Amino acid sequence: MIRKFVLLSFTLLSSLMFLVQLLSLQIFNQNYDELSLNNAVEKRPVYPPRGLIYDRNGILLVANQPVYDLMVIPEDIKVFDTLELISYLEISKEEIIKRLRNVKQFSSKRPSAISRQISKEKRALFQEKMWKYTGFYFQKKTIRDYTLPIASNILGYTSEINSAELKTKNDYDLGEMIGRQGIEKTYETILRGKKGFQFFQKDRFNRIIGSYEEGKYDSKPETGENITLTIDAELQTYGASLMQNKRGGIVAIEPLTGEVLALVTAPSYDPNLLVGNKRSKNFRTLVNDTIAKPLFDRGLQAEYSPGSPFKTLNALIALQENVITSQTIFSCNQGHFYAKGAFMKCHCQVGTRNNLLKGVYNSCNSYFAKTYAKIIGKDSTASFGLDRWKTHLEQFGLGNYLGYDLPIGKKGFIPGNSYYDRWYQKGRWGPSTIISNAIGQGEILTTPIQMANFTAAIANRGYYIKPHFKKLNNKILRDSLFNKSHTLIEARHFETVIEGMHQVVEKGTAKVAKIQGIEVCGKTGTAENFIRLNGEKTQLTDHSIFVAFAPKKNPKIALAVFVENGYWGARWAAPIASLMIEKYLNGKVKRTWLENRMLNGSLISEYMKPLSGMPFKINE
Amino acid sequence: MNNTLFFRLDWISVLIYICLVSFGLLNIYSATYQQNILMSFNLSTVVGKQFWIFIGCVIISPFVLYIKSNFFEHLSYIFYAISILSLLGLFAFGQKISGATSWYTIGSLGLQPAEFTKITTALVVAKFLSGIQTDIRKRNYLFKILLLVFIPVILILLQPDPGSAFVFFGLFFVLMREGLDLKWLFFGLGLIVIFITTLVLNPLIVCLGIGLIIFIIYRLIKKSNNKLNPFLISLGACVCFSFSVDFIFNSVFEQRHRDRFNIILGLETDTKGIGYNINQSKIAIGSGGFSGKGYLNGTQTKGNFVPEQHTDYIFSTIGEEWGFLGSSLLICLFTLLIFRIIYRAEKQSNIFRRVYCYAFASMLFIHFFINIGMTLGLVPTVGIPLPFISYGGSSLMAFSLMLFIYLNFDSQRLL
Repeated sequence: MIRKFVLLSFTLLSSLMFLVQLLSLQIFNQNYDELSLNNAVEKRPVYPPRGLIYDRNGILLVANQPVYDLMVIPEDIKVFDTLELISYLEISKEEIIKRLRNVKQFSSKRPSAISRQISKEKRALFQEKMWKYTGFYFQKKTIRDYTLPIASNILGYTSEINSAELKTKNDYDLGEMIGRQGIEKTYETILRGKKGFQFFQKDRFNRIIGSYEEGKYDSKPETGENITLTIDAELQTYGASLMQNKRGGIVAIEPLTGEVLALVTAPSYDPNLLVGNKRSKNFRTLVNDTIAKPLFDRGLQAEYSPGSPFKTLNALIALQENVITSQTIFSCNQGHFYAKGAFMKCHCQVGTRNNLLKGVYNSCNSYFAKTYAKIIGKDSTASFGLDRWKTHLEQFGLGNYLGYDLPIGKKGFIPGNSYYDRWYQKGRWGPSTIISNAIGQGEILTTPIQMANFTAAIANRGYYIKPHFKKLNNKILRDSLFNKSHTLIEARHFETVIEGMHQVVEKGTAKVAKIQGIEVCGKTGTAENFIRLNGEKTQLTDHSIFVAFAPKKNPKIALAVFVENGYWGARWAAPIASLMIEKYLNGKVKRTWLENRMLNGSLISEYMKPLSGMPFKINE
Repeated sequence: MNNTLFFRLDWISVLIYICLVSFGLLNIYSATYQQNILMSFNLSTVVGKQFWIFIGCVIISPFVLYIKSNFFEHLSYIFYAISILSLLGLFAFGQKISGATSWYTIGSLGLQPAEFTKITTALVVAKFLSGIQTDIRKRNYLFKILLLVFIPVILILLQPDPGSAFVFFGLFFVLMREGLDLKWLFFGLGLIVIFITTLVLNPLIVCLGIGLIIFIIYRLIKKSNNKLNPFLISLGACVCFSFSVDFIFNSVFEQRHRDRFNIILGLETDTKGIGYNINQSKIAIGSGGFSGKGYLNGTQTKGNFVPEQHTDYIFSTIGEEWGFLGSSLLICLFTLLIFRIIYRAEKQSNIFRRVYCYAFASMLFIHFFINIGMTLGLVPTVGIPLPFISYGGSSLMAFSLMLFIYLNFDSQRLL
């Protein structure tokens, strides 16, 4: 009888339907697992402290310090002493009301920060009163701590990642620290370490109600690796102090290894300014200083005319190209006519006859103009000659990025055919048109680190090693990463030029750079420069330039010093370079009179001239 | 007598009952679990209350079991009257809890008369149908019995507690069993099928389909010289119904009812608002996997993501923590219990007792079907508890009483 089975079959059918649904939900559909985890489990990252940064001698430059965010869970707040809290946080009553409202809008049940990065000392003051503030607590974080007020341009800084960056960097969480510039940015992956995770059970209001499965899935963070820099902290500090109240840069390289010993830019800033809760205010101040530009690394980013040090390169190219020999003599009569009606001035006496050696140490403009004309004129057309000249320079690392391990830099500029063809039309230019290149003026632009690098190549008699900032102790790795970049100049051509550079210091333009007991080789430079002032091209006081290496045999340090608007190379750049060499090689400086002159010397008044709005004199 | 009752008792049902209630207590504890609070039988905790109600049920069970079935038979109208009065009394003395006036509150205890009305209605229907002259094929008898059922249904709907009211439709199975014309069954099923297909598809397609089916049936049974008319009439009725469903659904139903249907039929996905419960419940059950996350380890349960988890949505806790194994076992236990009751009811020679047992099985089925179907996302949300499992004193007490009365009737079968 069918009636007896109606309810039975309904029951059976329903049960079967339920079992099928259970099968499909629990066995065949794997999505629900993840959904429930997203739902009910909070994966909270645990950040490891960032790796520490040391100088080449093991001096700690960058460490970590704890700071505290004051967190609040709005629904847990009981009546509290508002006056005490606002005086502690140094904010107004309106501000705290606004912040509490914002926080509550986000969630009244989840914690959010009401004040960030409170120092450990400041926290200690408040900690004992915390019992009065139900719903508030401190959350620890680590931020950078800089032991020395130097090298901010090398080290870079860290700050919290922003939401725009998060879109491309999915390995980061909102609020996580990320390296912004310098070493912190380049070696972010090494310094950052590996974050760990803690899993928490949430309820439907997203509140944490305990650890998930007693921490079974938690992973420990791995501390970031420490980094040793090639920088010598003492030399860096010394360089920074010599450059105070001046603008410019010092780049010092160990020629044999390409390790950068010091990279000074002036003016700079104390790296501790960009840490903690004053960070954004300080950063804004630095960014807004568009005149002194403290965030602009003049060692890496400033493109200047190299001036007379460039003559050494022209000499080497001419020797290699066989257009002169070390004995070639050119005469100079306070300059010379390089073309009809075109005279290039020089400081040589009338009737001076210079060979290459004298040409270098007297820095004779005529000598190098004539040499340069020979290089360019060697072939049937000037464009062939210019090509060859440019190729040589590129082998010295000019006109392109050097490839060092900091995230910023400039290419500089070495003019080529296409450049002059565009300026003068094809075939309408020749050696005399571009003669300024002979003496490092004209169209050529180099950065101080490029100048230090070609000085290192001269010191090495024909090769350089890519400048770098992170010291590698593993020899095999070091050799594979940093192999010799050879120039196209044979080693034998260097000796005359190096001897010339030695004579520069011994009896030439930079006798001030002479150091007792050290054979210093150098070359001064004094580069004309112009700015646009009220729409008019205005000449400013020349830049003071000096490149040097020492000792002459087995060079240990090669450097370029650039002092903006310092006039003669021998006035500022040469003494600074010389003091740097003495400091590095001897450990201490004996010539305190020179040291004091450099430490106390200021070019501020020089820099104020174009800003004053009044007519001013240059090259005083 | 003692020994004889002991041997006559349906121990399988008793065993299933004890299993279900104990399993229910375990899961109520888990659903209301908070760290640092141990399992306790303190009356202040939810699980403690449920436990003591269970003990109370065990204590009164001998009294219920020893009473002669005649007692229930003779007093059924009185019981029924009392329960109707208690439903009426709610409008005067009832406590309004979450929008429905369904409770009397005595101290900290709440009493839900609708739960007990299920027993009395089952008894009164049994009594009425066991009348010698009663024949529900006749209109006036059918009308009377529908009146008996619809009085409590309407009173409960007025509370309003549509879930509990819906349970009384289980009595349809009883009428079916007791001789109601089978055409009503097909009629009812047909309506449901047309209702759902109309919502999912659209009236026009449904009408074409119906036309096709009726045409095929007509061709198949043509030889027994049927007239064409009844087929045309039923076709016409179906088409009218299909089009009116569209109208009724969109203009008579309230938005929340429409939402519930739409979500179940997959016409609308909304996991934050109206669909939140069902979605979270499915996540909980789905994430349980084959063997579950383990007792007290359900993350969904601990996080209280599914609302009403110790009452109506208790099955999601079971699904999450006990997995496919636990939840399918529970479904099997329920199926077994319903089968067992129907099987024993069919053996009754006494119509009163048989109808009562059948009514009990039907109501149990409705609860089982609606509640688990709802947590699994197969049936629109209707708030009724899972018998013996869900937290709820009145529900546990009423279902226990119903079961004891069934055991009583069953034991008296051979006397």
